[in-house]
Amino acid sequence: MTAVDEIKIGGMGASRRRVEDNRFIRGKGNYVDDIVLPGMLHMEILRSPLAHARIKSIDASKAWAMPGVRLVLTGETMAARNLAWMPTLSYDTQAVLATDKVRFQGQEVACVIADDPYIAKDACEAIVVDYEPLPAIVNPSQSLAEGAPLIRDDKENQPDNVVYDWEVGDREGTDRAFAQADLVSKIELHYPRSHPSPIECCGSIADFNRSTSKLTVYLTTQAPHIIRAAVALVAELPEQMIRIISPDIGGGFGNKVPVYPGYVASILASILLERPVKWIEDRTGNLISTGFARDIYLQGELALRNDGRILGVRMKATADHGAFFSDAQPSKFKIGLMHSAFACYDIPYAHLEARGVYTNKAPGGVAYRCSFRVTEAMFFQERMVQAAADDLGMDQAEFRRVNFVRDDDFPHRTPYGFLTDSGQYGKCLDVGLEAIGYQDFLKEKEEAAKRGRLLGIGISTMTEPLGAGNSREYDILGIKMFDSAELKIHMTGKALLRTGAKSQGQGHETTWAQIVAHELGLPAEDILVEEGDTDTAPFGMGTYASRSTPVAGAAVAMVSRKIRAKARKIAAHLLEISEEDVEWELGRFYVRSQPDRGVTIQECAMAAYSNMPDGMEPGLENVAYYDPPNLTWPFACYIVTVEVDPETGVWDVLRLVAVDDCGVRINPMIVEGQIMGGLTEAYAMANMQFITFDEQGNCIGSNFTDYLLPTAWETPGFELHEVVTPCPHHPIGAKGIGECAAVGGPAAFVNAVMDALKGTGVRNIDMPVFPDRVYQALQTGQDVSGAPPVRTGDA
Amino acid sequence: MTSLFQEVSPGAAAETPTRQITVTINGERRSAVVEPRLLLAHLLRQGFHLTGTHTGCDTSNCGACTVLLDGTPVKSCTLFAVQADGHDVMTVEGLAGPSELHAIQEGFKEEHGLQCGFCTPGMMMASKALLDENPNPTEDEIRWALSGNLCRCTGYQNIVKAVMWAAKKLEDQ
Repeated sequence: MTAVDEIKIGGMGASRRRVEDNRFIRGKGNYVDDIVLPGMLHMEILRSPLAHARIKSIDASKAWAMPGVRLVLTGETMAARNLAWMPTLSYDTQAVLATDKVRFQGQEVACVIADDPYIAKDACEAIVVDYEPLPAIVNPSQSLAEGAPLIRDDKENQPDNVVYDWEVGDREGTDRAFAQADLVSKIELHYPRSHPSPIECCGSIADFNRSTSKLTVYLTTQAPHIIRAAVALVAELPEQMIRIISPDIGGGFGNKVPVYPGYVASILASILLERPVKWIEDRTGNLISTGFARDIYLQGELALRNDGRILGVRMKATADHGAFFSDAQPSKFKIGLMHSAFACYDIPYAHLEARGVYTNKAPGGVAYRCSFRVTEAMFFQERMVQAAADDLGMDQAEFRRVNFVRDDDFPHRTPYGFLTDSGQYGKCLDVGLEAIGYQDFLKEKEEAAKRGRLLGIGISTMTEPLGAGNSREYDILGIKMFDSAELKIHMTGKALLRTGAKSQGQGHETTWAQIVAHELGLPAEDILVEEGDTDTAPFGMGTYASRSTPVAGAAVAMVSRKIRAKARKIAAHLLEISEEDVEWELGRFYVRSQPDRGVTIQECAMAAYSNMPDGMEPGLENVAYYDPPNLTWPFACYIVTVEVDPETGVWDVLRLVAVDDCGVRINPMIVEGQIMGGLTEAYAMANMQFITFDEQGNCIGSNFTDYLLPTAWETPGFELHEVVTPCPHHPIGAKGIGECAAVGGPAAFVNAVMDALKGTGVRNIDMPVFPDRVYQALQTGQDVSGAPPVRTGDA
Repeated sequence: MTSLFQEVSPGAAAETPTRQITVTINGERRSAVVEPRLLLAHLLRQGFHLTGTHTGCDTSNCGACTVLLDGTPVKSCTLFAVQADGHDVMTVEGLAGPSELHAIQEGFKEEHGLQCGFCTPGMMMASKALLDENPNPTEDEIRWALSGNLCRCTGYQNIVKAVMWAAKKLEDQ
């Protein structure tokens, strides 16, 4: 007998085909809208057509009178139950249904619950709301202008539209660094508003059973346990009587982390009607009211020495939060982890000043495929780096290399105070440059320029913090950011694993089993993985910010090790030797002096129920709560080449090379899938995804005809490469990966276009880098801002 | 009639016009009494409980609701159920045979052509329409044929590979 072959049993490193696919390819996924409960009613939301207006009156009498209408909820109904406002995940409040004012276009004003969704929609149209329009604010300068209308007049001690002022870093040290600089490179950037837009919109089915007092909610949520806590606090229901079930989710990308008014309204409706109430958001509702992302303005400065070294960083960021500060982010940090910027560069001093403002736009600030503003941080970083290299007249790859943290410099304290622990930054850059044929491309570019063709190459290199906590620093609403796994080994050696995470396409049912296979030698196919039901899963903080593998995945390894420790005692009993003489190889324990004498893990499982040692607690089950000692720090190098058509401003991607170092890869196939998905969203943000507002606060980009997502036709092909630097503190050496490409990617595209325009005097074009913006830049030699308001109609 | 549309509130019944339709769905003739404004996607999902057909955008952009109408891919959220009266509709539930998966389904799994699975049924139906017409498509032909279907997870590269995998398998059969 020998150890089992890890790849054969679908362990770590196997590109195991996904278990969950078996139902998805048959059309048998179980998404919220697929669930039908007996007696279920349907809810529809009436939204505000205006961005800022006082509500003078609401007349719902015609809606009430329509056949099939069971209930109409307005702000007044909610207020009578103290539910007109709810707390956000960032210690602000958000209107569930508007009472006094509407503060953004699309805000929830009333809900109709009816026999079917068509009737509910008809009845919404029959509700008459009398609005007194107020001036709308759509950007921070309007918001901060003297005499600007006060958006949050509902709050005490809120004299203006400022949400917060926050700073981090060493102001004085940074000032000194700038005083010593040979050159200061400055750039102003805007990371525009974007929307995650998973293909499945948000939705809920609330099912309150009066006879048992139990409330069951089927919900499109990436974090069911946080929602359970929130419902307990908002609705003042006992937590054991709340069951949140997150079934299959049709993509999340951060959109499905917050608590939305529709969820709360459907819960109240079910409690009042004592029937299940389903709410399925339509796409316009999704785009205009739920978790937007980004919308941050930056003034960035780098203090440079003539030899290329960066001496200091200054960042001044202004975040447009919309009408309510509802970012889902660790409570300690007001502008997320913006200060993770420049973590891969060896820079002594940095200072970040951040201000958040209210505007008449949808709330959100969700981490769209992102760890809390890391996407903005890395975009700003890499745009600043390219501008600085250009200002110095230095090669952009060489400039990065000169400033990289070196392989032997870990652990390394970043300029803003994070601790990075591992990486081979120079190697990743080399692999990328080699793959793209850097020197050859530079020659090709020069030749092409002689014939009037504009070629460009853009590089983006970054390390980002994935996998919050540790719990010392990371919490949401005070709840520490750890995660969990529970493993039950049945007597036949088959197993059930549950975690506090929640897959939305990441393939947890496949990869978690691979970790157990790696730790215990059980075939992955013998392990059933379940997530998303708060009545059965151990408490965890859910899946977002690339934290599943770093935290819940680590918990899976740790619970497996607890099981193995107990199995070892059982093995000693079965082999009739002392525990010290027991050795482990994958799938079996054996006698150190007689390797052929051993017992399999399956035999130990059977013995745990049928032949345990005297005094041992029966069974083979355990649970692990994992609080990571640090974040994980994957590194990535993305290189894009483009050709810009000077006649039209259209730019085409020629090649896209991605080098990712996410440590040990559990399932390479799934990792590559995550990278390609992220690259596509990076391309989308750089190229086409655009939500903006006109002067009245009308949302432009309220459906997929206006808010463009890339199709198979536009999306470029990807060339993927890997470097592996194991995470030193993660039990299996893995780092987060889901968001890396979406975080680091956008700057590579923009840098490529800006490189093609080098020499024209244009320093920046805001995303999306639309052809008309490139054309305008080429015509004027001026930067192009994309900040709202946009002019529409005949304005 | 289906459970969703069976219970009609007093008063609503008299006011609501209805029409009886018969549609062949995945080879089976099925009848229903529907409001003329009922969308085909909703008839399939709520009416016949064929929930593999998804709706994702309401504006015919995302293609998650793609089904085959007499063999042609259509977006079932943009057709009224009455427009399918007398026609043949194939949904994702009709792809697999009684004992084995369709090559397209196998291809999507083998090449990791799906992640969250929400766009997958529409994507596979559009792929079927392509392969029925063009059994040996190029990468560009696949990308063009699927350009009416949005996927947020995969970046499409593996979807292209999945369709090529299926084309090869169908050719070998």
